[in-house]
Amino acid sequence: MSTTAKQNGLVKWIDSRLPIFTLLDHSVGSGYPTPRNLNYFWNFGSLAGVTLIVMILSGIFLAMNYTAHVDHAFNSVERIMRDVNGGWLIRYIHVNGASMFFIVVYIHIFRGLYYGSYKAPRELLWILGVVLLLLMMATAFMGYVLPWGQMSFWGATVITNLFSAFPIVGEAIVTLLWGGFSVDNPTLNRFFALHYLMPFVIVGVVILHIAALHQFGSNNPLGIDAKSDKDKIPFHPYYTVKDLFGIGVFAIIFAFFVFFAPNFFGEPDNYIPANPMQTPPHIVPEWYFLPFYAILRSIPDKLGGVLAMFAAIGVLAVLPWLDTSKIRSTKFRPVYFWFFWLLVLDCFVLGWAGGKPAEGIYVIVGRIATAYYFLHFLVVLPLLGKLETPKPLPSSIAAAVLGSGAAPAGARMEKP
Amino acid sequence: MAQSANQAQKHATATGETRRDFITLTAGAMGGIGAIAFILPFINSMNPAADTLALASTEVDIGAIKVGQSVTVTWRGKPVFIRHRTEEEIKTAEAVSPAEMPDPQTDKDRVKKPEWLVLIGVCTHLGCVPNGQKVGETKGDFGGWFCPCHGSHYDMSGRIRKGPAPRNLEVPQYAFLTDTTLRIG
Repeated sequence: MSTTAKQNGLVKWIDSRLPIFTLLDHSVGSGYPTPRNLNYFWNFGSLAGVTLIVMILSGIFLAMNYTAHVDHAFNSVERIMRDVNGGWLIRYIHVNGASMFFIVVYIHIFRGLYYGSYKAPRELLWILGVVLLLLMMATAFMGYVLPWGQMSFWGATVITNLFSAFPIVGEAIVTLLWGGFSVDNPTLNRFFALHYLMPFVIVGVVILHIAALHQFGSNNPLGIDAKSDKDKIPFHPYYTVKDLFGIGVFAIIFAFFVFFAPNFFGEPDNYIPANPMQTPPHIVPEWYFLPFYAILRSIPDKLGGVLAMFAAIGVLAVLPWLDTSKIRSTKFRPVYFWFFWLLVLDCFVLGWAGGKPAEGIYVIVGRIATAYYFLHFLVVLPLLGKLETPKPLPSSIAAAVLGSGAAPAGARMEKP
Repeated sequence: MAQSANQAQKHATATGETRRDFITLTAGAMGGIGAIAFILPFINSMNPAADTLALASTEVDIGAIKVGQSVTVTWRGKPVFIRHRTEEEIKTAEAVSPAEMPDPQTDKDRVKKPEWLVLIGVCTHLGCVPNGQKVGETKGDFGGWFCPCHGSHYDMSGRIRKGPAPRNLEVPQYAFLTDTTLRIG
């Protein structure tokens, strides 16, 4: 640990008994060697971590003023907006933070897809990421129920009813989830308890995610292993500064929505108190669920739709074994390059179709997009790895970044 | 900014400090200010909310309280004792010399109209509600209120006379809106 020499006696005294400073140094300090060529797409992991902390903090302060009861939940949220000092700010941070979290995590996932970060030896790191995505979705869904508006109530009704699709046990599962015969006070109470618990479960899995990451270190835009010391630079100060810069830019975008368009991502219907007797004419989930919602609706069979929706995430978990190509970075895969961007487009089309009423052209577009989604993972990826001729890989990160002459660091900052 | 950075750099040659040290310190300071600006609204959200403050005054109709009667009303979640004192009680409270009390105060300083005594019914020791409001409750050695938790005795003016409490029962802000309406707070 290179900073030890500078440290004072107290730090040394503690560190020799409880090596927290060494742990920190090896996690995000100068003792963690990192590939020298990481681009800004590698900012999104730390951005997700920062967003998680912001969500937990703002959530704890909201919970101080929230009442988990069907008669009081809606009004307690309105009280937060009107009467609690700065309550509007804290709630808008939490509400928009959820959307920011999904934007950051989706970019983080597509970064992994583009640069092949899921391939050996990082399969478990990737699977832990899929687990984190599932936990995030469950947390976001239950959090959306808490204000007890119309969308909260009917979203909860529709999503919990998904489980009724399973034969024999389906109805029993739904009754168990509800704690009654419909979405009601017991449902709200347990959703609040679980919504408060889940972020801490996420923190636990994040720690595992980071532990798995540090086993082999970050992947990089070239997708080749960092071999010599020349390929690496210390995480601190190089990437701490780069991450902090990214956090600054992210905070500006986040603040724009909080202060100037706080309800941009929301549904106006959720400002109507929940009414179990009347369903709103057009129910849509929050934007980050729309692609999965489109897949659910594309399958004309109830059980089939539910299974397809879960499979859409499940297929990500087995991705390291579906992709047969040994080349990680798409930079060296000229054909996969096009399929990757087709998948990105496909996900936007799914999101668009999921937000439209389930009729006419939207259903057809949704079905085509759903078909491509699964075709991409189940057919294109296994075949492409065998059929595609990749471009030649550079011999090392340093050689690619510094040029073949391996000029002194700083002489050529740009890649050739 | 740039000028001061340059000065810092010139200064550096003498003391070993560098322009980099200056930038690190100022960036860290700005980050600290930002963090504090971010934390303050969160801390402030724990202060009483607007609707809680709106409950901070209570109006009481005191026309129905007969001489010698006490009522207890709620103000800011605490009991407030309103006693319509008898002539005899007023005399006793005024007659005693404050010099011998733990928290010396004359009866005049504690009332606006001598027949109406208004007190926050929370013992100044550790916050229990003293007995003495209801008929039959122990009123203590001085005929006022007696706190059952740790044995503090208050007199007919709500002053501490004996026991561990350090101060007299607090008198809230109040005003007589009419002869029969009292606003507390």
